[in-house]
Amino acid sequence: MSTTTLPPTEKAAPVSAPAGTTSDRARSERTLGWLLAGPALLVMLLVTAYPILQAVYDSLFDYRLTDPENRSFTGLSNYWVILTDSTWWIAIGVTVFITAVTVAVELVLGFALAFVMAKALSAIRPVLRAAILIPYAVITVVSAFAWKFAFAIDTGFINKWFGWLPGISGDTDWFGGQWSALFVVCVAEIWKTTPFISLLLLAGLAQVPEVLQEAAKVDGATWWQRLRKVTLPNMKAAIMVALLFRTLDAFRVFDSVFVMTAGANHTETVSFLAYRQTISRLEIGLGSAVSVLLFLAVVLIAAVFIKGFKVDLAQARGER
Amino acid sequence: MSRREKIWWIVAGVLIVLYALAPIAWIVSLSFKAPSDLANGQFLPTDASTENYSLILTGAASDLFLPALRNSFGICLIATAISCVLAMFAAYAIARLDFPGKKLILGTALGVAIFPVISIVTPLFNLWRNIGLYDTWPGLIIPYLSLTLPISIWTMSAFFREIPWEMEQAAQVDGATTWQAFRKVIVPLAAPGVFTTAIIAFFIAWNDFVYGISLTSTSASRPVPAALGLFSGASQFEDPTGAIAAAAVIVTIPVVALVLLFQRRIVAGLTNGAVKG
Repeated sequence: MSTTTLPPTEKAAPVSAPAGTTSDRARSERTLGWLLAGPALLVMLLVTAYPILQAVYDSLFDYRLTDPENRSFTGLSNYWVILTDSTWWIAIGVTVFITAVTVAVELVLGFALAFVMAKALSAIRPVLRAAILIPYAVITVVSAFAWKFAFAIDTGFINKWFGWLPGISGDTDWFGGQWSALFVVCVAEIWKTTPFISLLLLAGLAQVPEVLQEAAKVDGATWWQRLRKVTLPNMKAAIMVALLFRTLDAFRVFDSVFVMTAGANHTETVSFLAYRQTISRLEIGLGSAVSVLLFLAVVLIAAVFIKGFKVDLAQARGER
Repeated sequence: MSRREKIWWIVAGVLIVLYALAPIAWIVSLSFKAPSDLANGQFLPTDASTENYSLILTGAASDLFLPALRNSFGICLIATAISCVLAMFAAYAIARLDFPGKKLILGTALGVAIFPVISIVTPLFNLWRNIGLYDTWPGLIIPYLSLTLPISIWTMSAFFREIPWEMEQAAQVDGATTWQAFRKVIVPLAAPGVFTTAIIAFFIAWNDFVYGISLTSTSASRPVPAALGLFSGASQFEDPTGAIAAAAVIVTIPVVALVLLFQRRIVAGLTNGAVKG
């Protein structure tokens, strides 16, 4: 089973001084580069690296804002408390479930949307592109409310419209059970973020050389064969980048859960758990520990994608 | 393309438009339902009423909604402006100069972009309370930079890479001064990229909920999404559904208008930043 890709074309390297000899010009260019880009780098580090280090430090203390006098060093005991508590594992389970379901559905749906946009008549293409951007631009909280009200018993219409389906009746309480509530959360997330994936995939589709498609067609490949052997291998970079971004984004899910269930009925995600510990319960120590664990989980996912699936971000950006 | 195929593509197109617009149409319809009509179990109101709009614009809920709207606009605009200026310098260096920090800066931007926001909230919540930034505009603008700056750097450097910089020299050869060459040639070429980046960065800041809800406590700085999220808990309304729907429509309209006006550029900006062959 071979896949068909064009050999990578060498990009013209920027003209630079030969290695070993750093001319005055090169040195001054380097200084200017740091002067221009330095502030942005510094700000980025200040707003992320510093807080996460502070969180690591805080997580080692038994520290409650309601009782600041009794702040005491407890080492890793906060982590022990969290990791031996079922609350944490339920939150992890819910987060992984939402991430897996939304990303999988979005990838398939996003592909369908991208295909239609790529192949649609040129007359309606701008209309589709504008329409697809609307969910992207709508505030997540607004989307969550729209879906919540649509499914709610009192204000909704879903129960009435879909009452003919088995299991749905006028008084189906979607937010009363774990699975039905998570279903609605996933629907809202999928609606809101599929456009982003489909736009990335559309850009990837545009990179598939038309020559290869034509050649495969001439050789008698079916539509399905062309998709599997020509289209998908050629847009692997775009697919992996879209997957990476969406997976990490989905793993932070917070807004929809807050609006729809506020974590009730075992629908709490890891982000929500961290929020509840810190902001509602003022447990800075425990909240920091949850934050650090969430951060490590995100780093782990990114590492798996980049090392395991060999997502070459430099290649995806068009530089090497 | 055969007639049959054409019909299928049109059907698919209509489905996409329905998909994108249905929830928006629903929240608009809901916002025009009078309180007695909210539970009518139908998509459309039986009798359209603007009661909800007067409630949030002039009525009892206006002191919650209007300050939030002002905060959101102010905070998001300032955060967008700061990150665009910083990103402009960084992107220029990345696109134009040969220096070894390029990879580090783009890598850091990527790392910051995927950073779990809530992990920043916990330490900032404590720190802001100690140094008096809790529930202030700067208290939100600073963390918002973690949302807007990475995407700005990423998007703008993708745009700047496409600029034919040789034209600057060409203009100078033709007798323009350095400043003239920059102002008359480079600025018009770079402006669309900067503008698109600003729109995308503004969207992201405008969408924030986690910072807004965690680092504010009053209408002095609480932005719209956070205010909306807490409407539901406020006991001063019997049923906040209508008020939330009306407020949701008001904050959605400007963004949708921006999208429709600049869709081509936004798509280019979103995809250039992430995927580039």
